[in-house]
Amino acid sequence: MANGMPTTEPGSVVLALENVSKSFGAIAALRGARLELRAGEAHALVGENGAGKSTLVKILAGVHGPDSGRVLLDGRPVTLDSPAAARAAGIAVIYQEPTLFPDLSVAENIFMGRQPLTGGRRIDRKELAARCQALFERLGVRMDPERPARGLSIADQQMVEIAKALSFDARVLVMDEPTAALSGVEVERLFTVARALRASGAAVLFISHRFDEVFGLCDRITVMRDGQWVSTDATVDLTVEQVVRRMVGRDVAELFPKQDVTAGDVVLEVRGLTRRGVFTDVSFDVRAGEIVALAGLVGAGRSEVMRAVFGVDRYDAGTVQVEGKRLKGGSPAAAMAAGMALVPEDRRQQGLVMELSVERNATLTRRWELSRLGWLSARRERDAAAEWSTKLQVKAGRMSDPVSTLSGGNQQKVVLAKWLSTRPTVLVVDEPTRGIDVGTKAEVHRLLSQLAADGLAVVMVSSELPEVLGMADRVLVMHEGRLAADIPRARADESSVMLAATGQTARPAQVAS
Amino acid sequence: MTAPTAQRPPAGASATEGTTARSRRGAALAQRLVVVRELGILAALVLLIGVTLIANPRFLSGQNVRDLMLSAAVLVVLAAGQTMVIITRNVDLSVGSVLGLSAYATGTLLVAHPGTPVVVALLAGTAVGALCGLVTGAVVAVAKVPSLVVTLGMLYAIRGLDSLWASSSDRLQINASDLPAGFKSFGGARLLGVPVLFLLAIVVVALVGVHLRSYRSGRELYGIGSAPEAARLSGIPVGRRVLTAFVVNGALAGLAGVLYAARFQTLDTTAGTGLELNVVAAAVVGGVAIAGGTGSAWGAALGALLLTTIGTALPQLGLNPFWRDAAVGALILAAIALDRTLTLRLAARLRGRNLRGS
Repeated sequence: MANGMPTTEPGSVVLALENVSKSFGAIAALRGARLELRAGEAHALVGENGAGKSTLVKILAGVHGPDSGRVLLDGRPVTLDSPAAARAAGIAVIYQEPTLFPDLSVAENIFMGRQPLTGGRRIDRKELAARCQALFERLGVRMDPERPARGLSIADQQMVEIAKALSFDARVLVMDEPTAALSGVEVERLFTVARALRASGAAVLFISHRFDEVFGLCDRITVMRDGQWVSTDATVDLTVEQVVRRMVGRDVAELFPKQDVTAGDVVLEVRGLTRRGVFTDVSFDVRAGEIVALAGLVGAGRSEVMRAVFGVDRYDAGTVQVEGKRLKGGSPAAAMAAGMALVPEDRRQQGLVMELSVERNATLTRRWELSRLGWLSARRERDAAAEWSTKLQVKAGRMSDPVSTLSGGNQQKVVLAKWLSTRPTVLVVDEPTRGIDVGTKAEVHRLLSQLAADGLAVVMVSSELPEVLGMADRVLVMHEGRLAADIPRARADESSVMLAATGQTARPAQVAS
Repeated sequence: MTAPTAQRPPAGASATEGTTARSRRGAALAQRLVVVRELGILAALVLLIGVTLIANPRFLSGQNVRDLMLSAAVLVVLAAGQTMVIITRNVDLSVGSVLGLSAYATGTLLVAHPGTPVVVALLAGTAVGALCGLVTGAVVAVAKVPSLVVTLGMLYAIRGLDSLWASSSDRLQINASDLPAGFKSFGGARLLGVPVLFLLAIVVVALVGVHLRSYRSGRELYGIGSAPEAARLSGIPVGRRVLTAFVVNGALAGLAGVLYAARFQTLDTTAGTGLELNVVAAAVVGGVAIAGGTGSAWGAALGALLLTTIGTALPQLGLNPFWRDAAVGALILAAIALDRTLTLRLAARLRGRNLRGS
């Protein structure tokens, strides 16, 4: 793992991050991260979900300021305190999700704030359209500059973003997973543009989970893990397996005590579930007492599958059965009645009413059951809440305190209490420990494990590999909307899961080394 | 999770010979819809006037038209200002109160200094309004409080201030006899037969319209309302632009206050009460989407003209004026339904034209 090894590309360093740290509340997203971009190189940034890549991009884009560390442009420190400042420094960012103005024309989207003007400082619409047309010709895109951005496909929106980046002669072009929504032809066109930019002396930072693209396009690869820099090497000196190993190279901590349970009957049966454009033909079973993890990269469709299973989203084809009974699609009420519970990914927005008290939140799912003739007495609520918060060891000052005053881990316990009190047979948890400190993490894991031991079927969507490997009896791996692998506990390790998640299942034999 | 929510493009949708031509038609269609939207209001206006003319052939007599213009002038100015605010996905409900305060302040100034030139009165009222807009805009843009709540608070606060001032100064009402003759004649003045107040309103609409259409800062207002997050990421100074929109809108409400004083010449602390909803209605009927990002000052002005005309036309048609509110309500619902349909159609037709390069 050499740092700054001289490569064949003799460019000077355009942009460098030195020892950059950034925390959001208690969560450290970046810890002493570094990066070095040279003129005329395409540089890949790879890492697992949550490795800090997106935070790093946002620092380059001027969206977040670093808590400590320096950003150097041509060797001189710069402050990128706003998107405008980053742009002025010659940094263009293409985000994972396009950020266009649907009501404005494509040309205006590209030149917003930089429209060509006539003498009286008015916008020169003819010139605007002409410049846009010229850009599209350079890109080989056929699109009318005057049409509104509304209704463009993701791929075309991405093309508009690229044209935008191209239009202000960026010295540094950052592409955050730009190919996720593109087809083969479109990816090739994007790469042609990237190579042309590189040839003209710009630095291209390319973030992707697709290793074939990373190895096909980039001159150097920087690997990040847990918000830290791991390595930077010339692509020619690396193999896919080496990169994967560096991305995941952690010890699986002893934090995840899954008790061994003999699995019972099949409780949840999903067959051929399809939601067009999101996921395709997903089938799996979950048995009582089993914890099944759904792993995969961001955007692979894990949460979407579970939302469809629970009925939050509709699906186009397939069936969901709980204990042999087929569920009506698109109805969370039906799923709940059948004994399913969903603890969503974003507990602040979807799982809790932050201003309400702990007890109110904990009994929200049972307010009808607990009330008599529509009257919900405070005492019954308190008793019901107390029962579950004791079981889950929720640490709150008083049960009447607002949930917002609790720590992340305790909030998560309240969400769990809320759903467990409905006595489900299938529990779906989406990122159960995101944003929770290590100690409470272990508690949540112990809890899930105990619940499974008591006969609950648990489906856990998780982006944290150690959690997946420590907790799951089986690991289902998704890749681009499909189930790529079903790996039993005995054979699940970082490499097998990561390779499946990145669509590399064809070469499992090389993993062992 | 950040999975693509839109559907993947159909595989192999590569360029065909007709794509460019079809995309041109897509753009033309989009532009035509905007024009159609404003022509639609104009058509409704013409229709209304036509029907009223049949019932009362003297409806378009010179004096009637001048009265109509005078009545519309205040609402037109307010609608132009409100357009700037609504385009940024905000709303200003305090304009009625701002108008009232500005009218009373101008009246007080004129009573105390009868020699004040009309231009100074206009500037003073505008300044009072701009100050109100500055306060509102600062709370919305800096403290990031939703404008609906802030301006609702300002609606009451400014009205209260107005009443407090009037009662403490012992002049609850300013009558025509208190106002200087020069100001009163300004209220009735005409240029080439057209009331000056209306001409002023048209100048305001033209200025706002050109700014919104042809200046960078104007286009940025559309960007902010169309996609706030994208606006931030593309380096638009969102806070400053929104603040400016509120200040300009406040200033125009202040200007409208002076016009109001010149037109009615009798002022008390209830001047302009309830006007804010008329203004929002005019903008919405005129095609300014409440969700931000679309609409024009011209459309809003046409909307204001249409609402005013309904008010005067209904009695001519022998209908009880109470029907006015019902008619305005129906018009708002129709406008919203029309906008929604047009948007969906446009989106559907454009979606079929996603273009791949060669």
